[in-house]
Amino acid sequence: MSILVDQNTKVICQGFTGKQGTFHARQALAYGTKLVAGVTPGRGGSDHLGLPVYNTVRQAYTVTEADASVIYVPPFFAADAILEAVDAGIKLIICITEGIPVLHMLRVKAAMAETDALLIGPNCPGIITPEACKIGIMPGSIHMPGGIGIVSRSGTLTYEAVHQTTNQGLGQSTCVGIGGDPIHGMNFIDVISRFQADEQTQGIIMVGEIGGSEEEEAAEYIKNHVTKPVVAYITGLTAPAGKRMGHAGAIVTGGKGTAEGKVAALKAAGVEVVNSPSNMGIAMQQLIANG
Amino acid sequence: MNIHEFQAKQLFRDYLIPVPESIVVTTAADAVVAAQTLAGDSWAIKAQVHAGGRGKVGGVKIAKTAEEARQYTAAMLGQRLVTKQTDATGLPINSVLVEKTSPIKREFYLSLLVDRHEEKLCFIASAAGGMDIEAVAEESPEKIISVFIHPAAGLQFYQCREIAFTLSLQGEQIKALHGVMSGMINLLVDKDASQIEINPLVEIADDSIVALDAKINFDDNALALHKDIIALRDTEQEDEKENKAKQFDLSYITLNGNIGCMVNGAGLAMATMDLVKLKGGTPANFLDVGGGTTTEKVTEAFKLIVSDKNVQAVLVNIFGGIVHCDVIAQGILDALKQIQTDLPVIVRLEGTHAEEGRALLQGVAPNIIAADNLDHAAEQAVSLAGARL
Repeated sequence: MSILVDQNTKVICQGFTGKQGTFHARQALAYGTKLVAGVTPGRGGSDHLGLPVYNTVRQAYTVTEADASVIYVPPFFAADAILEAVDAGIKLIICITEGIPVLHMLRVKAAMAETDALLIGPNCPGIITPEACKIGIMPGSIHMPGGIGIVSRSGTLTYEAVHQTTNQGLGQSTCVGIGGDPIHGMNFIDVISRFQADEQTQGIIMVGEIGGSEEEEAAEYIKNHVTKPVVAYITGLTAPAGKRMGHAGAIVTGGKGTAEGKVAALKAAGVEVVNSPSNMGIAMQQLIANG
Repeated sequence: MNIHEFQAKQLFRDYLIPVPESIVVTTAADAVVAAQTLAGDSWAIKAQVHAGGRGKVGGVKIAKTAEEARQYTAAMLGQRLVTKQTDATGLPINSVLVEKTSPIKREFYLSLLVDRHEEKLCFIASAAGGMDIEAVAEESPEKIISVFIHPAAGLQFYQCREIAFTLSLQGEQIKALHGVMSGMINLLVDKDASQIEINPLVEIADDSIVALDAKINFDDNALALHKDIIALRDTEQEDEKENKAKQFDLSYITLNGNIGCMVNGAGLAMATMDLVKLKGGTPANFLDVGGGTTTEKVTEAFKLIVSDKNVQAVLVNIFGGIVHCDVIAQGILDALKQIQTDLPVIVRLEGTHAEEGRALLQGVAPNIIAADNLDHAAEQAVSLAGARL
């Protein structure tokens, strides 16, 4: 098994006919993802990439009963797109869009609190279960089915972890990019708890960074609930305080959210914390070999 | 984005948050006129820079005569102010705020920000005003009160009472505090501010409360929605290279080391800086060329890195995903045609078309080194940079 998505997951795409939506939908189809329809307001009734286009998510959902929706719409329209998917009944929403105003996300999260829909992102690469379902912008070719669950706040560092676990012959069960924004959907604990419960997942790699306290909370959770080996890598040791390091959420403020604090919390929880991004795969290989 | 105190105070006035009377000036002669116009018997002469900690380094002076206002203003204008929140070169003082002084009885701290853990707006208040709130949080956290605002309910009066009683305010002052807090929320929400800080908020002789200082940060993601806020931008207070980078949609932050870094992805860019440090070097910058990078962006990124005179080596770290490594390598070659440099350039390419990319760089020039391993690349960059010093 895997977590959240598999070969049966039916996906629709919001912002389907745009440049990003088109490019990544084509990649997803080539990978074998069960993309069943797209939504672009005003383009309903047409075909795109051989799939039907609907005006609203509700129409698309009524016809397809899709399990998931992936969102490639510009930042100022993304909150609206997320809430449209929630309202239509989609249970898993993956928002790739970067640059959504933080107040928009506060409203989205408040509205979603009353529902059982899950949000991945925004400002994330998406989610992939290798050779089964690719939803997002990650390069499919570096993945390999296997036993490592990967959860990360960073896109390219996820690819590093994927590449290394593929090279080690470990492969991946599912990889989830939870995104680099301060206010976002699923967090480390939401994903790690699912990896812990997933039979296919033998080990977990988490990639964190400066800002916020989700790594510290994950450390506490891992200490009490996770029996599988966990490797962590935390970036931002050299980041100056008060500066946003690319990601809107990667900022140390008021002495909080430092890489040192996160590393210490994870180590105290028994997590293998590597100090070079090159060592994630090999560290996991060693943990698994040592049983 | 940051704005100046005088701009923040104008926004406060628009939102009915009481502030002292003040006039912003750019010449010493105007400071005299301002003091005379404001009347009163003393004026605070405040350097307008995008940094806190001004008072401790001579950026705030009290003038008792119009002549003193002229002298202090003349001494500040054209200078650079170095505070603990700036780098060693400081920030230029191009304008000065002449403000009527307030008969202060007590000083408080009040701020409004987005709390990412609670995912709500949060007021933070303390009776220990005028001080560094981070120091207060460290030494006596019990003196700080946090109040979270439910997005549907909005600010409730009891929440103002809670803060008011913590600050030992009473009677009409509680209503006044409610006015300040309502103004802060409305301002933050209307203008997509990410943080509003009043330090200090003061109780003055007639028992009214006044915002003596004002600091507002805006959410960069929302700026395009607010032309009036963009108009307040003062690029002279910002890093020139960082602004240049923004024009090309590059994310760049100046650091003080000697190894220039060019990376795709924010996380990998931070990781590359950390790795340079781990190998004994110091990064000169953070630079994310982005996922969908082009030859043009790579060229501009190179120019930026090399324009930093401290840089002794350049470390390029690319994980090719959707973007192919050979495209990146071609971008580097094109950039090097435009910029003549003998700096060692260590290029680590991994992922899609990595071998093709490395082949393109092979034997092009002695200072271009293709590495296949990130750790080795960082080590090489550190040792080659060290050898040039």
